[in-house]
Amino acid sequence: MIITKKKDLKDILAALEGKKTVYLFGCDSCAEQCATGGEKEIKEMTAALTERGFEVVGSSIPEETCYRQLVLKDYKHKKEIESADAVVVLACGAGVRTVADVAKESQPVIPALDSTFLATVERVGRFFEGCALCGECVLIDTAGICPHTECPKGLLNGPCGGVADGMCEVDVTSPCAWVRIYNRLKEQGRLHLMKRRKPPKDNSVGVRPRKTLLRGEGSGHEAGHGRKKQ
Amino acid sequence: MTEKSKLQKELNAGKFVITAEICPPRGTDTSVFIEKARLLKGKITSANVTDNQRAVMRLSSLACSALLLKEGVEPVFQMTCRDRNRLAIQSDILGAWALGVRNILALTGDHVSFGDHRDAKAVYDLDSVQLVETIATLNAGKNMKGTELRGATDFFIGAVVAPEANPWEPEEMKFEKKVGAGARFFQTQAIFDMDKFKRFFEGSVKFNVKVLGGILLLKSANMANFLNKNVPGVHVPPSVIDELTGAKDQLEAGIKIAARQVRELKKFCHGAHIMAIGQEESVVKIIEEAG
Repeated sequence: MIITKKKDLKDILAALEGKKTVYLFGCDSCAEQCATGGEKEIKEMTAALTERGFEVVGSSIPEETCYRQLVLKDYKHKKEIESADAVVVLACGAGVRTVADVAKESQPVIPALDSTFLATVERVGRFFEGCALCGECVLIDTAGICPHTECPKGLLNGPCGGVADGMCEVDVTSPCAWVRIYNRLKEQGRLHLMKRRKPPKDNSVGVRPRKTLLRGEGSGHEAGHGRKKQ
Repeated sequence: MTEKSKLQKELNAGKFVITAEICPPRGTDTSVFIEKARLLKGKITSANVTDNQRAVMRLSSLACSALLLKEGVEPVFQMTCRDRNRLAIQSDILGAWALGVRNILALTGDHVSFGDHRDAKAVYDLDSVQLVETIATLNAGKNMKGTELRGATDFFIGAVVAPEANPWEPEEMKFEKKVGAGARFFQTQAIFDMDKFKRFFEGSVKFNVKVLGGILLLKSANMANFLNKNVPGVHVPPSVIDELTGAKDQLEAGIKIAARQVRELKKFCHGAHIMAIGQEESVVKIIEEAG
């Protein structure tokens, strides 16, 4: 799940300066679960903007706002969206981009949230960063604990000198990722994986923007990602 | 063949060597830095030049290493993985060699969240094991992509180990990886438990690397208490704190304690690396006191 948090309202108001009518998009997927883009938050945003003299002409909460077809459907059926001076999106950055790409070039689309990380969900309302989306999974060697994600330095060959009594020097309340990897690999009888020297990361697999094309134009031999071999 | 560094020659000859740390200035005024270098000249074998230590921005360790050479003090060029990607790392290493630097110490580097630029991007394109391997590759006349260099390096490659790390096993694995990657000498983090250090040293003998025990000058009981409270993993023993507290001049007591540690190391170790954090004149006293 993509975790989002609310931007400061004054930043949103600054971006809306000079506009009168506003349309709101939420997202019934990740942002709803983060309590940042569901029905309640749309209501709150509507009230906050109305109070400050804006006219909120309508709102939608697509099932997934990062899904172009769903956003397109709203734009087609609700004429008030296109006529609004601006659109405010309570969704992750991918949601904002999706709406911005569907909107006319002349219509400002403004994010109401900051996108923070891709999470594993411990239970409702408790999120922990789960994956850095680095492009080449190292969990195969690290017993399911990601050094890119859980070590602030992203080290690949074991703990740094800052590990203290098994805890991380950057956040002393968190156990060191590499100590956890060590303990788990030991438990699995696979410590040889940790003894092996890991080469530097191939950062070319993560060159942005990345894409995956399973169908349509450009798919086939290039499918998978946008990496171009030298 | 280029001449080996004094550090390498003395260690290979079995001499007990002493190195110390000098910290670059927070600006372009190098007068104090040079003064410290002159103070240490002839007293130590080589001086480590720290690389934006504690993630606080300072004059570059490469430039300061070159300044030391001009003063006739042999530098150990410290390089962390925090601030440069692999292109910058390799080109700075080549630069250091071209300027006459012969010793290099590879470190991970304190995270930017400790420093004065907490909004900086922490790079860590390589880790310390990969950095050691990169230097070894440049020593072999190639860059990381296998391209032949027009002129290789021949650095004496060093790395860091924390003999008192808890848990020890993951640190031990990393130490062995650094050896395997090409590290030939180690400067350790500060020693607080000499018996533990000795056990580490004895275990390291089979790897045929040179080990310099890290000695941290405790300037006062307050400093020792501060370290215990605020620096994770540091455990200054109560007996040492008592010794500092009971002393008339706590700095003098700290110098005595450090000198005693150096004398201990002389009995079995290859050398001592003194970290005095801005107290270079005390380094001289420690060395004289240790005899």
